[in-house]
Amino acid sequence: MDLVFWITAVWTIVSAGAALSFRNPVHCVLCLVLAFLGLAAFYLELGAEFVGFAQILVYIGAVAILVVFAILLTRTSEVQEEQRQIPWAGLTVAGLVFTALAAALRFSTLAWARPVSAPRPTVKQIGMEMFQGPYVLAVEVAGLLLTAALIGAAVIALQDQPKRQP
Amino acid sequence: MALQHYLLVSAMLFSIGFAGAVSRRNAVLVLIGVELMLNAGNLNFIAFARYGRNPEALTGVIFVIFSIAIAAAEAAVGLALIIAVYRHYQTIRLDRIDSLKG
Repeated sequence: MDLVFWITAVWTIVSAGAALSFRNPVHCVLCLVLAFLGLAAFYLELGAEFVGFAQILVYIGAVAILVVFAILLTRTSEVQEEQRQIPWAGLTVAGLVFTALAAALRFSTLAWARPVSAPRPTVKQIGMEMFQGPYVLAVEVAGLLLTAALIGAAVIALQDQPKRQP
Repeated sequence: MALQHYLLVSAMLFSIGFAGAVSRRNAVLVLIGVELMLNAGNLNFIAFARYGRNPEALTGVIFVIFSIAIAAAEAAVGLALIIAVYRHYQTIRLDRIDSLKG
């Protein structure tokens, strides 16, 4: 269990770091896919099978592909970022954020809780909860939001019609 | 593994995403950083759901499912915006898109 955790952690963090440090955006997206896979492995380890597979389907299957499309549609002929210098300001702020979070974890009282052995939630339970339980309205709202996002994305990205000359 | 290990990994992911979002110039890569930050939040939810007081409750899992749905909508609209901006300015480098700059 420990070994699996460490492998997954190193895998996820290294590929996430690589996803934001390559120059070529296509390489970045490929590393992002690896990071999403590592996160899905975390969800499986933590007993959330449905979320793990939803992560693979939604993030790798949809979001990463969308990002690849966006990169290909916005490819410019201009020179790649010339002579990249290391963004010290951003890295420093991010390091401070991590230090603050790690310190908060270090001194928190919930420290080192051990997992309670509990039955893992099955897909059937999740479905019952979402469609018969208290979340029905939220599911409907999420569906509405996704529809609105679909239409909105199509409208925003639509080709501008050339103006007709009178 | 203890809860804190998962929270530390999640904090690390959040920081990586944050560093990317504030320091990359390419708009698509900024969006990737935001996605990583959202995913770090999801990992936190699942870890707390597993290690919490009553792990048989499904609240954490269902919250993450909704969060994934919202993130998908956000990615779709964000990428559409990036494409619209590209059509207008012929670039997606954020330091070149400065029409509103005083």
